[in-house]
Amino acid sequence: MIEVKGLVKHYGSKRAVDGVSFTVNRGDILGFLGPNGAGKSTTMKMITGFLRPDAGTALVDGHDVTDDPVAVKSRVGYLPESAPAYGEMTVEEFLGFIAEIRGFKSSDARHEQVERALGLTQLAPVRTQTIETLSKGYKQRVGFAQALLHNPPVLILDEPTDGLDPNQKNEVRTLIKKLASEKAVVLSTHILEEVEAICTRVIIISQGKVVVDETPAQFRARQPGARLDEIFRSLTTSDT
Amino acid sequence: MSQISPVFKREFLGYFRSPVAYVFLIVFLMASVGLAFFIGGFFKANLASLDSFFVFHPWLFLFLIPAAGMRLWSEEKRTGTIELLFTLPITTLEAVLGKFFAAWAFLTVAILLSFPMVVTVGYLGNPDWGVIASSYLGSILMAGSYLGVCSLTSALTKNQVISFVLSVLACLVLLFLGWSVFNGALHAVLPVWAVDLLANFSFATHFNAFTKGIIYPKDVAFFLSLTGFTLFLNVVALER
Ligand SMILES: Nc1ncnc2c1ncn2[C@@H]1O[C@H](COP(=O)(O)OP(=O)(O)OP(=O)(O)O)[C@@H](O)[C@H]1O
Ligand SMILES: [Mg+2]
Repeated sequence: MIEVKGLVKHYGSKRAVDGVSFTVNRGDILGFLGPNGAGKSTTMKMITGFLRPDAGTALVDGHDVTDDPVAVKSRVGYLPESAPAYGEMTVEEFLGFIAEIRGFKSSDARHEQVERALGLTQLAPVRTQTIETLSKGYKQRVGFAQALLHNPPVLILDEPTDGLDPNQKNEVRTLIKKLASEKAVVLSTHILEEVEAICTRVIIISQGKVVVDETPAQFRARQPGARLDEIFRSLTTSDT
Repeated sequence: MSQISPVFKREFLGYFRSPVAYVFLIVFLMASVGLAFFIGGFFKANLASLDSFFVFHPWLFLFLIPAAGMRLWSEEKRTGTIELLFTLPITTLEAVLGKFFAAWAFLTVAILLSFPMVVTVGYLGNPDWGVIASSYLGSILMAGSYLGVCSLTSALTKNQVISFVLSVLACLVLLFLGWSVFNGALHAVLPVWAVDLLANFSFATHFNAFTKGIIYPKDVAFFLSLTGFTLFLNVVALER
């Protein structure tokens, strides 16, 4: 479903992403790990067509993001880091706008999608509240709802559980797991337990390069008995 | 191109979701009518014409349109919603046009809110309706060109203050090229044909005929092509 081939991105003279390649199949939940500044978000921005890669490309469902970005974008649900949204709109208005631009032109179809997304992310109590007045966790859920809205075959989630309370973290993980049988999911996180709980594969990138690509079981087996964060530390050096 | 309409709707309604829009409309109205009354001598002239109202538009637009246009793209960049917008299935051109037309429609509302003046001259005297109609047309076309420039400059920065200053400067140049005082000074250094050529790129030069009730195709073409050109550069600036 997702095929990432040799992505490279420079910021000035800094190589933020340095030849990242991997593939994700339907049913996979890929945990994307790495220290701060490793290039996780930058890689996701290139897969979703927001940033143009300096080299390499990504294919979603066979569509090349550099040749046909609109085809890729219509198949991907993307939650950007820190979940940006138009703050002056209410939750309902915002999701309605996303639904319309996602191709649900009739108001019935739009309504149905919005209700579904509101239900999945438990946003119904705040549906008429403007987004700028929501708490951080609720804003995060609005971003998640927006990504799920069109029931896309591919989900790219940049720190989806960031800012959520422990109950909500669990809800979101359960939801991702439930949805994932039909989808290819990439999620980045700093919570190693999260990877063990839901991911079927782990990729660790450090200084823009993939250093680990294996199953969570293999990852744990690297140093039997050690804590996950110890294994993580031994594989990565702090990036700046 | 079907994706222009959701962007247009969101943007246009967005103006009325914030108090800034109402403040803008009131300031616009007070400034345009105020200039006509106190400096243009609307009453003293004792003529059933809106000449003293329209004559200030090129100067008024110089500040008010950058004020309305500075947030177009800067705001999206500052809040990060640009990442959301450009990972939706929409081309850059559709996004640029949707936002531009929404802002233009908003400015048209602001310009047309002066209709009580039209009613007044119609009640008190016997104005030339053709002149009034062509003046409104010219004013709206000119507003589009100013806005094109502002939309472009706001795509260059995420700082609204910088965006505003750049917009005013760019518009100032385009306005001054046709100002007689400035051209008089230019005559000292440039040959007549060169000054005339430069004056051809001025807002004021092309707006003049409209206020006399004459619609020259070349004036219409000037405003439309300047608008088109700035929007083209706008797309290039965003895709960079
Ligand atoms: N717009 C930008 N301009 C310049 N440098 C940038 C820009 N965005 C990211 N970088 C740099 O690129 C590198 C990778 O950043 P990225 O946001 O992809 O990291 P990350 O893995 O998502 O980190 P985090 O875990 O903190 O979210 C960092 O060194 C960062 O400073
Ligand atoms: Mg990140």
